[in-house]
Amino acid sequence: MSSWVRKAILAAACLTIAAGPAADRHPAGYYGYGTTPTQAQIDGWSIAVRPDGQGLPPGHGSVSDGDEIFQGVCAACHGTFGEGTGRYPKLAGEGSLTGDRPEPLVGNYWPYATTLFDYINRAMPFPAPHSMTPDQVYAVTAYVLNLNNIVPGSFVADRHTLPQVKMPNRNGFIWTDPRPDTHNTACMRNCVLPGTVKITSTAEGKGLTPRTTGPLDKALPQ
Amino acid sequence: MGVDGQTPVARTAGRRGLLRGGLRLGASALIGAAAPRAANADTASPPADPIWSQSLGPGVVSRVYGVPSHFEKDVIRRNVPFLTATPESSVSFTPLQSQTGIITASGLFFERYHAGRPTVDPSQHRLMVHGMVDQPRLFTMQDLHRFPSVSRIHFIECPANGGMEWRAAQLNSLQFTHGMIGCAEWTGVKVSTVFNEVGIKSTGKWVLVEGADAAHMARSIPLEKLLDDCLLVYGQNGEALRPEQGYPLRLLVPGWQGNVNVKWIRRLQIGDQPWFTREETAKYTELMPDGKARGFTWPIYAKSVITFPCPEMPVHGAGIYEIRGFAWSGLGRIRQVDVSVDGGINWSRAALGDPVLPKALTRFTLPWRWDGKPALLQSRAVDETGFVQPTIAQLRSVRGTNAIYNNNSIQTWQLKADGSVYDVELG
Repeated sequence: MSSWVRKAILAAACLTIAAGPAADRHPAGYYGYGTTPTQAQIDGWSIAVRPDGQGLPPGHGSVSDGDEIFQGVCAACHGTFGEGTGRYPKLAGEGSLTGDRPEPLVGNYWPYATTLFDYINRAMPFPAPHSMTPDQVYAVTAYVLNLNNIVPGSFVADRHTLPQVKMPNRNGFIWTDPRPDTHNTACMRNCVLPGTVKITSTAEGKGLTPRTTGPLDKALPQ
Repeated sequence: MGVDGQTPVARTAGRRGLLRGGLRLGASALIGAAAPRAANADTASPPADPIWSQSLGPGVVSRVYGVPSHFEKDVIRRNVPFLTATPESSVSFTPLQSQTGIITASGLFFERYHAGRPTVDPSQHRLMVHGMVDQPRLFTMQDLHRFPSVSRIHFIECPANGGMEWRAAQLNSLQFTHGMIGCAEWTGVKVSTVFNEVGIKSTGKWVLVEGADAAHMARSIPLEKLLDDCLLVYGQNGEALRPEQGYPLRLLVPGWQGNVNVKWIRRLQIGDQPWFTREETAKYTELMPDGKARGFTWPIYAKSVITFPCPEMPVHGAGIYEIRGFAWSGLGRIRQVDVSVDGGINWSRAALGDPVLPKALTRFTLPWRWDGKPALLQSRAVDETGFVQPTIAQLRSVRGTNAIYNNNSIQTWQLKADGSVYDVELG
């Protein structure tokens, strides 16, 4: 980001933040709408887990317990060893993050093991999410980590051990947006040499495009 | 879009209409009177008085909730079946080729579900605001409607829009290359109003926003953005938010990638650091050529596309046309759009259609006399920060071909001498 753009955005942001609360400059509770949730209500919905372990519930689960649960609950879509079936996600394997066919998986891509617990707990199994006990979620988390050779077969996941797991790609992310990273100009005349304008690829004839008239296209492979 | 834009649909539908009209005429034995030139099947054109001018139409409330003319039945959301394992975790595309103005019809607004579309009972729905706050609160929909309300026109775009095109031109369709976007008038309460009501502690920096769908969709958003311009939305285009868009309540994060605009929202937890959920680590991150990945790349950078001509809307013969399209930027207003018909050698300034709103679809048009020769059509947007929409070659030179997200490159449409249009990429 060029420095003047950054300054402009910062200035705009500061102005907005300064103006925002001013427009709502009432003390907290001014409207008095809503109710105070009970601790039980808050606890029931507070399922988010952070890398430092905040949000992880009591309980524990071993790799071997996870294996058993995984084969019954997860393997139909994800495969016995996390290899995936059909277009359902592969969870483990020898994927690369570079080249023509990168394969970001739990073991080579996910930066935090806590995210695995969080996601399995909130969204899995796909047809019946948030239906497993904390012990079961810990166990499946341990099994998937073991499938990826992150933890040994003796590993037991709980609120203390999971945040300690060091994922191989922990430092593989850039969390500060580096854009703008392209610097095109609004050139109007003779912007490229006529001889260099060449079609390098076309969608014509590729047979990938679903029908765009008539009813929905069911003919293409799922 | 006018006559040009709707030609294929209108022609097909017109033929069907004529057939039906003909049958009805035959049944009422009025062929001789209504169609004096029997050899000419064009019984609805002058001098004939068409059947719909000689009979009563249905009365009021024959449709208590209106639907488009059945001649428009091809204008629908469509999907690419092979993209995803199931339709419950998938996406459908807005038919931009038929969108006439900056507002996307609610029934055509693209869908993105992570675990299907839940049926949420508004009387039982609750929004919980808690964490680093002075007073945690639980709000009903009635409570949320009581707060001061605002309306804003903004686009929402999935950052995977165009994600199939990083490596090469793949899908010969505007709907499928650019249709993961919609623009609507959204009505709701400012997040800042609600946050002021609960009182955010000075240690609060990040907010977990979470949906009531089966994915319990969750993202971390900086508090500053939520206080800046975000809304808790219950209204869309003058009526209740559609179920596809998060009924009864969604978050609107103007200008930022669609995924953070959490639908069916039920919880806002204020904290001091991000949660690094699956959707902001394993997904919605961009693999760079060196294997590193970019995360938290939220804003949609300036982008534009020509909606006529396009693969679905070809050209019929040389002559004068109006090139039309949309431009948008998640960083503010569109300042200018330029159009090239020679693959980017020379450009002409397009006219922007009012209203030109920040973080909203903006119409552009350019009159053009087509000489009937092959052409390479492109549009290039510049937003009010001065950012210029890049070419796909420029994007690839920095980000490679594995990024999936945030492809805001200049689209090239190849117009052939027969008027047909193809999705291509230039070197």
